[in-house]
Amino acid sequence: MIGSGIVKGMAQTAKNFAGTYIAPRKYLVTVEYPEERLPAKENARNFPFLVFDGDDPEAGLRCVACRICEKECPPQCIYIEKDKEKKPDYVGKMQFQPSVFDIDISVCMSCQICVEVCPFDAIRMDTEFELSNPDRFGGLLLDKRRLAKSNEYCAEIHPEETEQTEARRAEDVRKAVAKKQARQQAASSD
Amino acid sequence: MEVLLLSIKEQLVALFPAVLQPLAGHLLSITPVLGVFAGCFALTTVLERKALGRIQNRFGPNRVGPAGLLQPVADGLKMIFKEDIVPLKADRTVHFLAPVLLATTALLVFSVIPFGQAPDGRHLVPVDLEVGLIFFFAVGSLAELAVFMAGWSSRNKYAMLGAMRAIAQMISYEAPMLLSVLTVVLISGSLSLVDIVGTQAGGFWHWHVLTPWGAAAFLLFLTAALAESNRSPFDIPEAESEIIAGHMIEYSGFKYALFFLAEYLGLFAMTSLAVTLFLGGFHPPIPQLAFVPGPIWFFGKFVVIIAFFIWIRGTLPRLRMDQLLQLAWKFMLPMAVVLLIVAAAWHRISLTWGPVFGWLFCSPPVIMAYLMLGRGGAGKKGGPRVYRYVN
Repeated sequence: MIGSGIVKGMAQTAKNFAGTYIAPRKYLVTVEYPEERLPAKENARNFPFLVFDGDDPEAGLRCVACRICEKECPPQCIYIEKDKEKKPDYVGKMQFQPSVFDIDISVCMSCQICVEVCPFDAIRMDTEFELSNPDRFGGLLLDKRRLAKSNEYCAEIHPEETEQTEARRAEDVRKAVAKKQARQQAASSD
Repeated sequence: MEVLLLSIKEQLVALFPAVLQPLAGHLLSITPVLGVFAGCFALTTVLERKALGRIQNRFGPNRVGPAGLLQPVADGLKMIFKEDIVPLKADRTVHFLAPVLLATTALLVFSVIPFGQAPDGRHLVPVDLEVGLIFFFAVGSLAELAVFMAGWSSRNKYAMLGAMRAIAQMISYEAPMLLSVLTVVLISGSLSLVDIVGTQAGGFWHWHVLTPWGAAAFLLFLTAALAESNRSPFDIPEAESEIIAGHMIEYSGFKYALFFLAEYLGLFAMTSLAVTLFLGGFHPPIPQLAFVPGPIWFFGKFVVIIAFFIWIRGTLPRLRMDQLLQLAWKFMLPMAVVLLIVAAAWHRISLTWGPVFGWLFCSPPVIMAYLMLGRGGAGKKGGPRVYRYVN
């Protein structure tokens, strides 16, 4: 019958309207952003940051200034200068460290290639997105100090990925210790 | 309340010299109408947006003031401080006159609507015209002229298209609207809105909407009122997704606000007329409730119809031009003619045999006409439309 579609549609909108008052959780799907936020997702990514272990961002920085990420970066937004001094890494091997590590996030295209090529798990993708800045050059060129973030923070934003990394690193340490002991035994038996 | 308002007016008028008294009286009648309906406009814009939001599962405006109720203040300030741009090739005079004329006509039509009645029989009506209904439609149809002036003077293709669509739509819907109103005139035997309201006094069973012809005429009138005030689903003259804003495209700042205001005032005028003609105007639904002032009843019914309009706007998609004209000429106009005949029969039957026989004899033809005309409007095949490539 003519008009039945109109009645059906009106019933549907009336249901929606009343539902927003009766069952707001189901019907009002808006997340009021500055006050409310959705929980972050494991695979969310925005711009890279540098991971450090322990409390000191300078001493605990995992980066060894190997410059692989700098070479791999498609838009070439990473700039690294090697320091002259060395420091021991997590397995006790002496490694270089960067004296300068800059990422221009106005150039970065968030491709995650730097994370994938890094053999030292020193770089990870951040989920921070409220980066608006009045200084469009200096404010978006992040230096080593601003890039360094703790491993705990990394575990918070990427729990699964960090778990895998930690397991691998623990395995590396175990192997290194075993190797060292084997070498010591070989030396003492000689 | 009515007595209070009328006596305040009389005392204020008495302060003026005798020569100026008629003028002062009219000005004092106009002021509350202007104030109340402008306030209604501000409130309706924000409540409409909130209701539409709820219909679409979102909050709607809730940032300015408590629960977003100060939104119209922010909108108004924005509109006033915007630059007023007139196109270089536009006809400046007509371009300026169009919003003014539209707002004027939208306000003028309120002058014949009765809002209440004092116990001594005086009505709360700006002007009690003998031919109030004719005045209403004569002035109301000037809005078409204003819309066309706006479209023509802007020198813009979209404005022109919008104006042409508006003319086609408004003229098409004016015919069924007038015919559906004529049924009421036929029954109450008067063109004066005060008299028409008077015939519906004494309880809701006297309201015209509760008769077979009245109910149908009321729905026809509401549909035509939507079309006359360019509201969804009849908003093709200003269809945002097709011709941006139609005749209002070259207007900015306060002139645009005037168009907006006039559009809503036109809707309010149509709603007021619907309340007056079909819902008993300011009369309470049962006589025992007469202690509540008339304007409160009037605005109660007014708010219900406005809410219904908002509900429709949130539900129905826009009609196509041919569907629009088909609905007006193939369905509504014949329906209104049938209703006219049915109303005449009702008048005769219910006078001689009572309203029960009236219902018995008058509802079948209305339902029959609805079903048969509805089939005609559905196209040649009569069924729902089949989309070959979609299904």
